[in-house]
Amino acid sequence: MPESGTAPSTTASWSVEVVYRGIFQKRLANRISRGVVLGARKEGKVGTAFARYGDSPERNGIPAKNFAVVATDEVTLEGSLARYEPESVDVSIVVDDTMCKGIESWAWYGVQPINKLIVPGGALLVTSDKEPEDLLHAIKVKPYDYTLIVVPSPIHAGVFAPEGSASFAGLWVDNDDNTDFNCLAAVARFAPQILSLDSVLAIVKERTSDDARVESVRAIYGQVKILQVKAGEGTSVSFEEYHKPGWTQMREGIIVEAQQVGTRNPLYKKWSTRTRRPLVNFDTCIKCTQCWLQCPDECFEVTPEGTYEVVYEACIGCSICAEVCPVPDCIVMVNELAFVDNDNLYPLYQQDPEAYRQLLQKHGIALHPELIEKAKKTSAVHQQPTYPAKKEVPVVAGGEE
Amino acid sequence: MVIAVRPEPGAAGTPPKLEGEEELLLTGSEAIAQALRLADVDIVAAYPIRPYDAVMQAVAAMIADGKMDCEYIVAEGEHSQFELVKHASAVGARSFVGSSGVGWFYAFEAIAVTAGLRLPVVANVGNRALDDPGAFGVEHNDALAVRDLGWLMAWVETGQEAFDLAVIAYKVAEDPRVMLPCAVSTDGAFLTHSQHLVKIPPKSVIDQYLPPYNLGDRLFHPDNPITIAPQVDQDWLTEIRKQNDAAMRRAPEVIREAYREYYELTGRQKEPFIEEYMTDDADYVLVGQGTIAMPGRVIVRRLREQGHKVGFARLKWFRPFPADEVVARLSRFKGVGIIDRDYSFGSPHHGGVLFTEFRAAFYDSPKRPAMINIIGGLGGREFTASDGQEMFDLMQKASAGELKTNVHWIGVRE
Repeated sequence: MPESGTAPSTTASWSVEVVYRGIFQKRLANRISRGVVLGARKEGKVGTAFARYGDSPERNGIPAKNFAVVATDEVTLEGSLARYEPESVDVSIVVDDTMCKGIESWAWYGVQPINKLIVPGGALLVTSDKEPEDLLHAIKVKPYDYTLIVVPSPIHAGVFAPEGSASFAGLWVDNDDNTDFNCLAAVARFAPQILSLDSVLAIVKERTSDDARVESVRAIYGQVKILQVKAGEGTSVSFEEYHKPGWTQMREGIIVEAQQVGTRNPLYKKWSTRTRRPLVNFDTCIKCTQCWLQCPDECFEVTPEGTYEVVYEACIGCSICAEVCPVPDCIVMVNELAFVDNDNLYPLYQQDPEAYRQLLQKHGIALHPELIEKAKKTSAVHQQPTYPAKKEVPVVAGGEE
Repeated sequence: MVIAVRPEPGAAGTPPKLEGEEELLLTGSEAIAQALRLADVDIVAAYPIRPYDAVMQAVAAMIADGKMDCEYIVAEGEHSQFELVKHASAVGARSFVGSSGVGWFYAFEAIAVTAGLRLPVVANVGNRALDDPGAFGVEHNDALAVRDLGWLMAWVETGQEAFDLAVIAYKVAEDPRVMLPCAVSTDGAFLTHSQHLVKIPPKSVIDQYLPPYNLGDRLFHPDNPITIAPQVDQDWLTEIRKQNDAAMRRAPEVIREAYREYYELTGRQKEPFIEEYMTDDADYVLVGQGTIAMPGRVIVRRLREQGHKVGFARLKWFRPFPADEVVARLSRFKGVGIIDRDYSFGSPHHGGVLFTEFRAAFYDSPKRPAMINIIGGLGGREFTASDGQEMFDLMQKASAGELKTNVHWIGVRE
């Protein structure tokens, strides 16, 4: 039992989650969740910070979570300590904006909305150089209002740019660029009842002894972008619901149905691991099979012309295809957040090749028209379809979360 | 030490000789090898460690002589050895494996998972003390270490029973209601390396008894695409453990059925769980498992010569623990002495594993006999006649309420 002390007249607790990309951002997430607790402690509150190892040892880029729970007193905190992880959170901090499309950390549960745990009136806090409106189009609608907060990069904001500082695009790793402090400042801006700006700045000062950093964090506090999101705003793209069967319903011997050859797991998409996606120039593809062969996730399928298209639901964005492709700019990695869905892009090329070429150009990809004739002369190695007809695997429906 | 091979209790005299049955002089290990031959075992994974290795030698000899046809794989260590059979079992191969002492422990990861995956591998544990230093004699702590993991566990006493149980083990383990691995324990030296006259039935009898190994829709095969052992978390493991629990709870009835059928075919192995000796009029009973029954019966006869009403009861299956039968049979005695050829340091009574289990079995019983624990025979040490006298005296004192402690080390030098 916690030590008995003078209990506050009103008790309360607040939960914060930090959604990060496995391995690369593990330290960053840890520092943010610890910072929430240590900051709140300066105001007499108590708390706990913890990781959950659903996907540990983490795979590169896999969405993973840290949590912080802060309470007015030990007894109230104990209620949270007894739980595996919070059922809902007041603030969800997302340290990579490409995760706004949804996250999938567990194979059997399918992709889940990034704002799933946020309570009514809570906040989704995203580190990004994009505008909140540009992120909202990728974020699942909620049936109630909440706040979307975007924490800009210090470089973008022009307040702090230490030498060798990480770029604010793609994966944000903890390269000492104040991202952890800035996130804490944003929490203080939204929810001073959890921790105040003064506590955050005190932590920065203690940790860095650098007044310039303190001032930078103070500046970010004033520069975070706040959007009040109304119920129903965002994307209504559907996410799979998962159903947890009882022991009499489960197959014995820890067995699940395997995927038939040529089919893909409807409950395990893998795409939420991706921060960048490969774009294929079907005009210059020489059908050499290298991408198809070397993709560790068997993402490529054969088009009627014998070129190879990416199945984006299965692609983790590892970029091996772009590296092994021998044709200049035929496979190029681009920012994932430019795409709302994960649909294959070959159909677009099929329907409107010019529109597809414009899409490539929009992402700064050179089209290399001089290579097209040569590519056309190459012959297909695989005949489409390479696989038997896809078998429909029923998705077990569960209740609305 | 006199090795007493005696008629099956309850059977009317010697069982009838089956047509085509032959009698061989075999060690317990060789008897198991004979059973593997007749059970059409598909794969034997081997790695030498005393005393289990007598089985792998016997199997290798039979394969070399063209008497047995199976895959025989010598692994580079016990961990791989037990992984091999786990995987072979998943693809539909009737599998056999075995080890002793710390070798068994080296395979622990695979051993634990084999039960979780519900793969009916049969293993022989040639019971051996846990090193160090280089102790080869029998203790039961090696096999007992897996007692909580979902393995079926039996201890046998004679070469004949080793043969019979190796066959019965496949019958029980592969039953669709059970599908759990089974460890058949043979006491190092006393059984693994001691030769007994063993009746080997003709193959037709075993064929009649043992259906082909059939995993059904759990067969890991390209025509039946399944994923075995996907990663699970707190949302799944409780249900998986509950399935194991249900399978283990179904096992006693399956064991009874398997013994009944085997008895009808061979006239042997009537009693599945507990075998009693000279207990009809007894006030006191000693209880043990494995070859402890041999000195146990010798002790009982000596004590009987002095007019003491004492008998012996041998526990044949440790998992599932036949708690109901234990209580039903033992509650009628004044005093019970549980002999542990093992130890469980720091356990509730600082006694042995069996003692703790027997005590727990009796907790809800309205009639609880005085129950003491004898720790002895460790590392293969003999039980002597004077040990027997001491055990009896302790049981008497216990039932008279004259003992301050209930755990007693026998044959230990002060």
